[in-house]
Amino acid sequence: MQPINLQLASYSDLFMLIAALVYAAAFILFALDMANSSKTIRALEAELAADTARQPEGQLVGAGVGTVPPGQGPTAGTAGAGTGPELVDEDMDYLGTARRPVANVAVALMVIGVALHAFAVIARGMAAHRVPWGNMYEFCTTGALLVAAVYLLFLIRKDIRFLGTFVAGLVVIMMCAATIGFPTPLAHLQPALQSPWIVIHVSIAVLASALFTLTFSMSVLQLIQHRREARIRAGGSTRPAFMQLVPSALSLENWSYRINAVGFVMWTFTLIAGAIWAEQAWGRYWGWDTKEVWTFVIWVIYAGYLHARATRGWTGERAAWLSIIGFAALVFNFTIVNTYFPGLHSYAGIPE
Amino acid sequence: MSQQDNVRVARDERTREDRPQKPEVELPSLGFTGTLRFMWTQLTSMRTALMLLLILAVAAVPGSLFPQRPAGPEIVQDYLEQNPVLGEWLDRFQMFDVYSSVWFSAIYLLLFVSLIGCVFPRAVKHAKVLRAAPPRTPRRLSRLPEHGTVMLEPAGPSPAAAVDQAATYLRKRGYRVEVREEPDGGASVGAERGYVREIGNIVFHLSLIGVLAFMAVGSLLSYSGQKVLVEGEGFANTLVAYDSFTPGSAFSEDRLVPFSMSLKSFDAVFDRESQTHYGQPLDFTAVMEVQDGTDGEPQERILKVNHPLDIHNTRVYLVGNGYAPEITVRDGNGDIAYQGPVVAQVQDQVYTSLLVIKAPDAQPEQLGFVGFFLPTAYTGEDGVAVSIDPDLYKPELNLNSYYGDLGLDEGVPQNVYVLDTDDLTELNSRSVDAGGITLTPGESYELPEGKGSISFDGVKRYVGLDIHHDPGKWGVGFFAILALVALIVSLFVRRRRAWVRGTTGPDGSTMVEYGLLARGEDFGLREENLALRRQFERMWPVVAPVDPQNRPE
Repeated sequence: MQPINLQLASYSDLFMLIAALVYAAAFILFALDMANSSKTIRALEAELAADTARQPEGQLVGAGVGTVPPGQGPTAGTAGAGTGPELVDEDMDYLGTARRPVANVAVALMVIGVALHAFAVIARGMAAHRVPWGNMYEFCTTGALLVAAVYLLFLIRKDIRFLGTFVAGLVVIMMCAATIGFPTPLAHLQPALQSPWIVIHVSIAVLASALFTLTFSMSVLQLIQHRREARIRAGGSTRPAFMQLVPSALSLENWSYRINAVGFVMWTFTLIAGAIWAEQAWGRYWGWDTKEVWTFVIWVIYAGYLHARATRGWTGERAAWLSIIGFAALVFNFTIVNTYFPGLHSYAGIPE
Repeated sequence: MSQQDNVRVARDERTREDRPQKPEVELPSLGFTGTLRFMWTQLTSMRTALMLLLILAVAAVPGSLFPQRPAGPEIVQDYLEQNPVLGEWLDRFQMFDVYSSVWFSAIYLLLFVSLIGCVFPRAVKHAKVLRAAPPRTPRRLSRLPEHGTVMLEPAGPSPAAAVDQAATYLRKRGYRVEVREEPDGGASVGAERGYVREIGNIVFHLSLIGVLAFMAVGSLLSYSGQKVLVEGEGFANTLVAYDSFTPGSAFSEDRLVPFSMSLKSFDAVFDRESQTHYGQPLDFTAVMEVQDGTDGEPQERILKVNHPLDIHNTRVYLVGNGYAPEITVRDGNGDIAYQGPVVAQVQDQVYTSLLVIKAPDAQPEQLGFVGFFLPTAYTGEDGVAVSIDPDLYKPELNLNSYYGDLGLDEGVPQNVYVLDTDDLTELNSRSVDAGGITLTPGESYELPEGKGSISFDGVKRYVGLDIHHDPGKWGVGFFAILALVALIVSLFVRRRRAWVRGTTGPDGSTMVEYGLLARGEDFGLREENLALRRQFERMWPVVAPVDPQNRPE
């Protein structure tokens, strides 16, 4: 077994901390941008007004080919000042030249954070000559990297800057949990984890968790937006201003459905790959070990979520709750089950 | 009741839900068959399936909160002893056998009945759809969620020719098409694609039944057992050779694959470089000698964690290891009352190992020993020895001894790893004058009162093996992977319908209208609209739209 490169490992630890700090800065800027929403909205409205003056019939997106304009639901855009024209695209495409300098700096910081973070994660793997997800510290840091990276990948095509505060916040929490909650010095894998299946089973599990983390933030926003839309329909206030920069509840729901569907397929894969590995390691593909129970529970909750989308009366708010409950079970499975429940998957690696 | 009826009833049921509650007096008019039909409709509705799914998720949780008998009956026994009142109630509700409990089984069986009742009618319906032509063109395409119109220049093709070309293009895009003549002289094409989406959905659900069915097959035909082997010991695959054995419900002894094996040597490697993980296990390797059948050639094979031995679908797994000190016990008459390696149970990372020796043959009094084997002993200031390393750097035995009736003669089965000292008299321990017994390899100790002696001859290693045979696992694996593939198809293949109608416009030139309809979740319908429009503009001389409202981008 090749010795561990301690020099590289300490660089990894250092860069992990720097990345966490950069993410924290991004989080603060995203939050500032959120607090400054009214200003952004005024600028957007001014721009829209100028646009409308130039092009009298102009919807920003060609509602051409005779389609129904991508609507905010029946009435969301009609009541109250500041909700007249649509400020954000329902398909989350980038609109016009809307300037959100603070948010843009935050995005730039996220990019820098991901680069540093990626170095830290890869360096950790290289230092030990193995995949960098062998204990809880490593699941957590690799998971946080994937959450941030998936978010940035979406950002290339879709304007989901409104998610920034939540994503950066969750990433910071994950980094803190890793470095403060489960700090683990770099070491070789114990025999039970020495299998090619750790590459397949755990990587997809972490990726699925990253997707569920994104949909969790979207579902929370969906619930807030849903209530706000109901309030506006009842003639109430349009506050919080920030939510005007967030797409409609329906749009959020559709997007979290699309991402959850991908996450569900990955989770199904995780379950099957885990069962195959369990057969190779312990002789049975399924044994209701605590970790297996919770993986199954999460699978069933998200299966319920997919069914809810096709059930009358269960779309919208209830589906969003299922998505949130699914994520809560995921977090529970990772934190509490790993550390407090006895079972065969006790690989937390936290030194006593 | 035909399946077609189910579908219809289900649809009626849907509309019923929308109406205000009707007075209850109408219920009795359903009659017996009506009530059954109503219950069946309820059971197979999506809402019930969703409820059952959520209940299943909740019902699975207690199995992770309470110890489960299949995983460790002795842990359940401990729990029951520590929580006599609560434990009894939990046991009454089968909380220690959650996954074979009546209520858990009821939930998943209901779920599967609901699934069958939902999926079979859908399969029958889809089989009909697969044989049928794409649906007829609706009169007003502009009512569809995605639609458009293009006007062709006079030089463009006739309505019928344009529809033909559109049909060819749609077929190329994977649509099944049917061109029809319209009553007003024009033509239209009806097209549908993504039939495989529904097939994926049906196959996914049926695969889950397959998984369940083969799990059942496994629970009938499988067997599993444990065996501890000390270096040099052998095992033949017969019932009596197992330390513990769990047969499937339809097990018979002739299902045991004939083979034998012995442990030649075992080697454990511990981390000696890391400061933080010093002594953490890095590798366990057992060298086995395996003989296939009763007269096969013995073969040396390496057994590691994650790399089981496979002998005709019976698999042998390395699940544990530890030390077996070799002990000789002589009784008060000087005769050997016990001799051989004693398997010691590993308690922690540094292989502090619990050891129990019972010598019922000792005369005049039976002898018993209990204590710890320490691979690397270190005696602290308080005089208590502890192990500080898993390797054999300074092996030491620390034992208490007892004499009296071990209780083995009554025929009541006892745990070999537990010595019940209640009826025994203490000879050696830290609390009596004689003190405890401390032995290093090669040393002997004379017991007080001339009760005999004990010597520590050496240390061997042992492995804990699990032996499993489950012919159902291949079926489970096949259907699980089929389910995954079908799931991908059912979620990501888009099922949609398209219609294109060609008519002669008021000015005599050709007008082409088209419309699109998604079946199920489809977020790409708008892109499809744009793609169709781009193709039409490429194929035909299209009149530039008059107003900006009619432009796609």
